[in-house]
Amino acid sequence: MSGRINNLVDISQSPAALRGRADIVLENAKWASHVFQRFDREATMRVVDAVARTAHDGAARYAELAVEESGFGVVAHKRIKNEMTAMPLVDYYRDDDYVNPRISENLKIVEIPRPAGVVFALTPSTNPISTLNYKIVLAMMTRNAIVISPHPAVRHCCVEAANSLAAAATAAGAPASSIQVLAEPSIPLVNEFMRSPKTSVILATGGSAMVRAAYASSNPAIGVGPGNAPVFVDSSADFEKAAARIVESKSFDNSVLCTNESVLITVPEADSRLRRALGSRGGHLCSDEETGLLRRFLFHASGFNVEAIGRDASWIANQAGIRVPRSAKILIAPIARIGVEEDLSREKLCPVLAYHVAKNRTQAISQSRAVLRLAGAGHTAAVHASDEQTAFDFARAVESYRVVVNAPCSQGAAGFGTNLAPTFTVGTGYFGRSSVGDNIGPQHLVHWTKLAYNSDRSEKFGDFRGVAARFDGPLPQAPEDGVPGRTRNDSPPGGGIAQSGIDREELRRIIAEELRAVLKG
Amino acid sequence: MSQDKLEFLERSREFWNPKKTQDWQDMGVDLVIDRREGYYLFDMDGLRLIDVHLNGGTYNLGHRHPELVEVLKVGAERFDMGNHHFPALARTALAEALAACAPSPDMKFTAYGSGGGEAIDIAIKTARHATQRRKIVSIFNAYHGHTGLAVKTGDERFSKIFLSEDREGEFVQVPFNDLAAMEEALRGNDAAAVIIETIPATYGFPMPEEGYLPAVKSLCDKYGALFIADEVQTGLMRTGELWGITKYGVEPDILVTGKGISGGMYPIACVQIRERCGGWLRQDGFAHMSTMGGAELGCVVAMKVLEIVQRPEVRAMVRFNSDFLRAGLDLIKSAYADFFAGIRQHGVIMGLEFDHPEGAKPVMKHLYANGVWAIFSTLDPRVLQFKPGLLLTQADAEDLLRRVEIAVDLARDEVKGKRRRAA
Repeated sequence: MSGRINNLVDISQSPAALRGRADIVLENAKWASHVFQRFDREATMRVVDAVARTAHDGAARYAELAVEESGFGVVAHKRIKNEMTAMPLVDYYRDDDYVNPRISENLKIVEIPRPAGVVFALTPSTNPISTLNYKIVLAMMTRNAIVISPHPAVRHCCVEAANSLAAAATAAGAPASSIQVLAEPSIPLVNEFMRSPKTSVILATGGSAMVRAAYASSNPAIGVGPGNAPVFVDSSADFEKAAARIVESKSFDNSVLCTNESVLITVPEADSRLRRALGSRGGHLCSDEETGLLRRFLFHASGFNVEAIGRDASWIANQAGIRVPRSAKILIAPIARIGVEEDLSREKLCPVLAYHVAKNRTQAISQSRAVLRLAGAGHTAAVHASDEQTAFDFARAVESYRVVVNAPCSQGAAGFGTNLAPTFTVGTGYFGRSSVGDNIGPQHLVHWTKLAYNSDRSEKFGDFRGVAARFDGPLPQAPEDGVPGRTRNDSPPGGGIAQSGIDREELRRIIAEELRAVLKG
Repeated sequence: MSQDKLEFLERSREFWNPKKTQDWQDMGVDLVIDRREGYYLFDMDGLRLIDVHLNGGTYNLGHRHPELVEVLKVGAERFDMGNHHFPALARTALAEALAACAPSPDMKFTAYGSGGGEAIDIAIKTARHATQRRKIVSIFNAYHGHTGLAVKTGDERFSKIFLSEDREGEFVQVPFNDLAAMEEALRGNDAAAVIIETIPATYGFPMPEEGYLPAVKSLCDKYGALFIADEVQTGLMRTGELWGITKYGVEPDILVTGKGISGGMYPIACVQIRERCGGWLRQDGFAHMSTMGGAELGCVVAMKVLEIVQRPEVRAMVRFNSDFLRAGLDLIKSAYADFFAGIRQHGVIMGLEFDHPEGAKPVMKHLYANGVWAIFSTLDPRVLQFKPGLLLTQADAEDLLRRVEIAVDLARDEVKGKRRRAA
């Protein structure tokens, strides 16, 4: 039964109410994480597998709902992403153990995993369900509780998806409240969550303002800003393959992955062959006039036209007033300059690729650096080349922590089609004003307590193989005395005390030890 | 103790209540509550205490819960107590909110008191009007408050001293969990009501045996008496359900809620009445009056309390707290099995039994010295009332257990002596 509360006095938007809302959700998460940390690896993986299975089963449904709610992206591609962030993600990390201690005989060090506790995870509108799946799987693997704050534009499908994963987790034995989701994420409310001392770490994927707010919260944060990937096609590249990969990547989910190629840079000796190859793969090469129309449509005084995010090439062409064949998968806009004076050299979360011909390799590299200087520092770059020195020189020069070679960049930088860790949160590191430069994985949600022995040879290292790991599992349910089937009133009749043969001090010592173990979880 | 506190206690003896002030000093509890926040109390000398007394659930949501402070402040911009003669916005809104979450289907009316005692009086008067009978059956050692009728339902400890005990034989008491005695009391078809705390608090939370409360309700139905559920201490989610009585499968005729419904911020108590039992409200609505009963500011706070306690997260917190505290208490109990004799529990309503006629008193004293405030059961001092808040944090719950273990150890030594017991 829930009461209908007539709000004669509405304080729902007051700081006290917002803080109260954040506090209770986060304290629940704290409780959940405390209990979760009592789980052994088997029990943990049971939860992880159940969540992944449910995420897999819901992949198609939530792909549809996400496209419907946000109005952008490609259902089939979203489904693939949703599936990739379910079981394959778990399998990628299956052999990594974030639960048991690690023993290093050589270093005389034992490491005990210590989960972060409460992960506050912001998820974007562009990859709503895949990011949500991915963050929840990471949290469950590491025995953390997680609170999802979805982008308001996709909150309905995210709330439903998160709740389905939460139900799967608890059914598989996870503590209640291990997975929670904000049904009404507003900026002031999200700020309260980010600022709360009960948040252990913020996993922020989304726009710059939000990522900066996460870092400004005073809490530990792993934030990921926008991308703006330069892709360099060298004269040593296989143009047919390069073109195929670039078109595939740019049209994948209509370019909403922030790892998509933004500006193609090439050299004169590759130019005409590359244009032909791109054209034959579904790239529509725009005339100068068409490029002008595209520029005006995509960029307004206030920035990128959000209407265009995740729309397909025909829709954009049509809106911009360009006639393209139905087969066009991406629009290619040649640009003469790169930098503040050319809007098309900025990030474009839609299948529009800027195309620039540099004078030579050296200039191509310097233009690529300029692309990332404009936006997307630390995020992603790509190179197509058979010459490894060129690939190396490019990677060494650009301010990006991942440079995808001879692969579709959207997928490759996120670990699909390369051997990078699969991720939906790409660490932009110090270049991108972030704390982590790697693809974010479960390892970022755990710190390790290190038992470090005296390094002197005369001091023996302990034998930790036989030491009990003390996984107590879920809390036993407290009785509800007098409720049928739930009673455990253990009061001795008449208040008498059972006599025990064990020495009291001994008993006390044994139990104190157990108590300490319980308290430490 | 600081000079300030000494001087203050002197004034307390002089102007407020000499015996009560002194009794606490004699029991080793020299507490003078000054600041308060969340589940912490701060003595005027600075000692911090985790509050697991909560005045019987008054501070269920903690002291000065920020949302309650806010709603009271904002509410005061528009409302005051109101005029009890007239239909009032806040009183009706709270009544509607209570009806929407009532434990019985047709529990539509709410009458208001300014405190639990008055509310109990209203409940009894309502039952008497509805049945046109006078007899009220309650439980031995019961406690329902100190007002004119309420005090007569309870132990004579609180009525005799004021020459206010029942002398007409209208108030009958029977042992708890004794159905035969209950039937005996009702058999004459002359009882207006049975009034019963779902889990009697002041008596140390003896738990109703399985089937006891539903059987009492059946007996009431059989002999034409009403069932008044005193949910002052067991309501508002303390059992993990909004009303404790719901857990026992009983739909009461009248329900009284007090203490916690005020949020500890503005005095109010409510009597929820099934439609068919509220005849006086139709016959003569002026029959019970109370200038401060249902004060509109109190209603505003109470609505917020109702809203907060029904959040799904609160339910989850109660579950975490009851399971975690029980697991820890079980271990402490087995470590001190010759003294810590039993645990009575339903949700975050707990009674800890100690093997000594007044065993809870030294535990209370040592808890106090170790930063925890919990009170013994007045009517069964073997039992410590252990009433953690609904929103107790994991960190505080853990700290609470640590302090309980220290205090139980000290109290055990005080009661049983330090020497090692022979094997």
